[in-house]
Amino acid sequence: MPIFIDRRLNPKDKSFGNRQRFLRRAREELKRSIRDQIRTGRIADADSEHAVRMPERGTSEPSFNNAGDTGRRQHILPGNRHFSAGDLIPKPGGGGGGASSPGNKASEDDFRFVLSREEVLDLFFEDLELPDMVKLNLKEILAFKPRRAGFAATGSPTNINVGRTMRNSHGRRIALRRPKQVELDVLLEEIASLESAPSSVDARQRIAALREELDRLERRRRRIAYVDPVDIRFNRFDSRPVPNANAVMFCLMDVSGSMGEREKDLAKRFFVLLHLFLKRRYDRIEIVFIRHTHLAQEVDEETFFYNTQSGGTVVSTALEEMHRIIASRYPAHDWNIYAAQASDGDNFAGDSERCISLLNGELMRLCQYFAYVEIIDEREAHIFGSTENGTSLWRAYNAIDQKWPNFQMSRIATPADIYPVFRQLFGRQPASLKRA
Amino acid sequence: MARQASKSSLLFSGSDWDFKTLSRAYDAIEALAVEELHLDTYPVQMEIISSQQMLDAYSSIGMPLMYRHWSFGKHFLHQDLLYRKGGRGLAYELVINSNPCIVYLMEENTMALQALVTAHAALGHNHFFKNNQLFKQWTDAGAILGYLDFAKGYIVRCEERHGLAAVEAVLDSAHALMDQGVFRYHRPPRLSSERQREGIRERLEYEERSYNDLWRTLPPSQQATNEKGQDPERKKSLNLPEENLLYFLEKNSPVLEPWQREIIRIVRVIAQYFYPQRQTQVMNEGCATFVHYTLMNMLFDRGQISEGAMLEILRNHSNVVFQPAFDDPRFSGINPYALGLDMMQDIQRISTKPTAEDRDWFPDIAGQGNWREVLLDAWADHRDESFIRQYLSPAMIRKWRFFVLGDAADQPHCQVTSIHDERGYRKIRDALANSYDLGANRPDIQVVDVDLLGDRHLRLQHKVNDGILLEDASRDATLRHIRRLWGYEVSLAAIDAETGATIHERSTSQIAG
Repeated sequence: MPIFIDRRLNPKDKSFGNRQRFLRRAREELKRSIRDQIRTGRIADADSEHAVRMPERGTSEPSFNNAGDTGRRQHILPGNRHFSAGDLIPKPGGGGGGASSPGNKASEDDFRFVLSREEVLDLFFEDLELPDMVKLNLKEILAFKPRRAGFAATGSPTNINVGRTMRNSHGRRIALRRPKQVELDVLLEEIASLESAPSSVDARQRIAALREELDRLERRRRRIAYVDPVDIRFNRFDSRPVPNANAVMFCLMDVSGSMGEREKDLAKRFFVLLHLFLKRRYDRIEIVFIRHTHLAQEVDEETFFYNTQSGGTVVSTALEEMHRIIASRYPAHDWNIYAAQASDGDNFAGDSERCISLLNGELMRLCQYFAYVEIIDEREAHIFGSTENGTSLWRAYNAIDQKWPNFQMSRIATPADIYPVFRQLFGRQPASLKRA
Repeated sequence: MARQASKSSLLFSGSDWDFKTLSRAYDAIEALAVEELHLDTYPVQMEIISSQQMLDAYSSIGMPLMYRHWSFGKHFLHQDLLYRKGGRGLAYELVINSNPCIVYLMEENTMALQALVTAHAALGHNHFFKNNQLFKQWTDAGAILGYLDFAKGYIVRCEERHGLAAVEAVLDSAHALMDQGVFRYHRPPRLSSERQREGIRERLEYEERSYNDLWRTLPPSQQATNEKGQDPERKKSLNLPEENLLYFLEKNSPVLEPWQREIIRIVRVIAQYFYPQRQTQVMNEGCATFVHYTLMNMLFDRGQISEGAMLEILRNHSNVVFQPAFDDPRFSGINPYALGLDMMQDIQRISTKPTAEDRDWFPDIAGQGNWREVLLDAWADHRDESFIRQYLSPAMIRKWRFFVLGDAADQPHCQVTSIHDERGYRKIRDALANSYDLGANRPDIQVVDVDLLGDRHLRLQHKVNDGILLEDASRDATLRHIRRLWGYEVSLAAIDAETGATIHERSTSQIAG
């Protein structure tokens, strides 16, 4: 008879540590491929699992191997049908026929594996320079709040419900007729009084009987515990998700010719980050993409990022379009409205005043938060510090920034500049964000 | 329906299993194995695991305990992917050459499969591990688990003390040389116990503490100054040439710290432990497959296994021994299960129903009827190469329709040199046996010289057989690893084994980065 050991309940993630080591080793390559995927993928998909190609650099395991294309060797193969000794067979292209296993290498090359959501966010955040607290917040899935929900037979010792436990214990003691302390005391008293009285045969017999009875009761008490594990009840808690409202996120972008590949990439990272943030706070998020040149229109994500359109630049058209969409589809009392605008700062002369009046008039009151990023060249970054001067749109928005606390603006030249735009948003407590 | 009457003697019915049934099945199978096949096994420890745990075990080269390294993570991802895509099923079992012999059973297996696996692993492999000469002499079944436990703990301690990166660097380099880290010809020393190792370590530490530089300034003795005799002297004192590169580096590297030497030793011991398994694939799997096939049929004949279960067993059995022909898209080399089983059944046939040809080829076993003893002897004394050289019969060669394809790199054609005919039998048998000779198929690389007093240049030699050179990229990368362990320049000369001419020489100073 062999020894059996059931290992099924042993920890299953034995290779988890090895996996982490592997990811750390391949970090640079994985980071690049995650960035590419987020760049080409949809905004809402950034926050999920990603399949990535097996990285090659830094993870090869070399050893001395025979080269397949040198020397003389013999292959012994089964299944000869019509060959006889001396036949010549042309070599299959690409070398390596038969007994060796060159197939292994090829399959390893196009092999992809899945990174979990946490791992993806880890890699994605790395050069955004988010503070750790924010990273943690974004990675947490949902806020749950424990609520009392009856009793349970299992739980942690801190949650023992004493009242319920004692009630069970009491019932059980009654049902099993556990002798009470009082009964024992009565017996003891009687024995004591008999012993103190002058002894007679009767009394001695009586004492012996009483002692036996006492002994029996005591054994019974020992057998039937005062509090038995079966009596114990724990407070049960249900974790309920904290109710969240709906949010809509407006992505506004200038798509005129001056916005190149780099600018769009930065803008996308900016939108992704806002989306990640909102996703954590709201159950349901819709994204509206509005692109504009001298005309604004609502488009799908694909068109938004990849189609170029020629024309002038009139920013106010986008704001008007946004206003129209809010009015028709997203009534402000049902929706939390967030807006994120990316532009290179160009605007048609005289239009900036119109933008100011639009924002001041209605939009800023409707919006929970309005973030504006101006994407500038890295070489320009040191010319415009935090000075007031800048493009016409920047100067105009500066006025808004002074007036509205829920307006944020920033110039972005590298990915690391993106986070400060959201600083205020991340800094605030969720409760204060909710409107009455 | 005749079997209906004996229904009560069934070992199990239905596909669900529990520990009682497993145990009953094991007892019945073991009794049969001892009585009918005269198997002799280690005690068995069966462990039930889930598929996830099986994947875990796969990626740490099948051992229940293993130190941590990123390459195991990489292999895990790979196995996991293949499994998920359905590209590869998981093994139904995993067996470890230890005493007691550990057999992993997957929880998903049906009872019929568990019975099959029990016969295959707990008896077949187990018998082979316990009785085969290679395993008996070269591995220490009783000590391996304890050693792995020590290794894992030791590497964790090193990581704490010296940092992950430093430990990883040594492991990377040592892993690259795993193939060159085994003694092929002389017996490796026994795994010493934890206490002895502790003692050695303490002595090393003492020597480090009490090192005195004064000794270096003593005038050299007579022998050392004798320039003439220095070269052979040096080689002799270092035991050169040395084929076990890891052993050489562990003992002689001028730059390694004691803990780094210990890590190299760990990798080397593990490589050595697996060396017999790699030499006995066909025999090991053949033995296990032969045992399960024979035992399952016997149980069925005795009415202890139902027809349904037997069908399931046979279906799995035939999947395992499936051998596609060379031009089949599924062909990926010779299936060791199929070859081993066929050869062992062939021995059984020669022993009981020999043809005239068999009497010519195998006069000492043909028609003797003692196939049990012949197989037991074969299992005990042979490895793949010698087993095939000894027992591959013409009937087998015809059945498999083997042929030999000569492949010279400078020719545009491959040439069929032998097929299954009178002239070809012996050649095919030799060629097949040679292809299982690990010593001849792995690159032969040895340490030939090192000048410990001069520039400490380490010279390796690659004996080139049949003009087969090393792959450039991986050779350079591996040389870099050796350089890291040795600390000074390393060069590898390719020497033609027949003419002794140097084909080329590659040194780490030529390799950038």
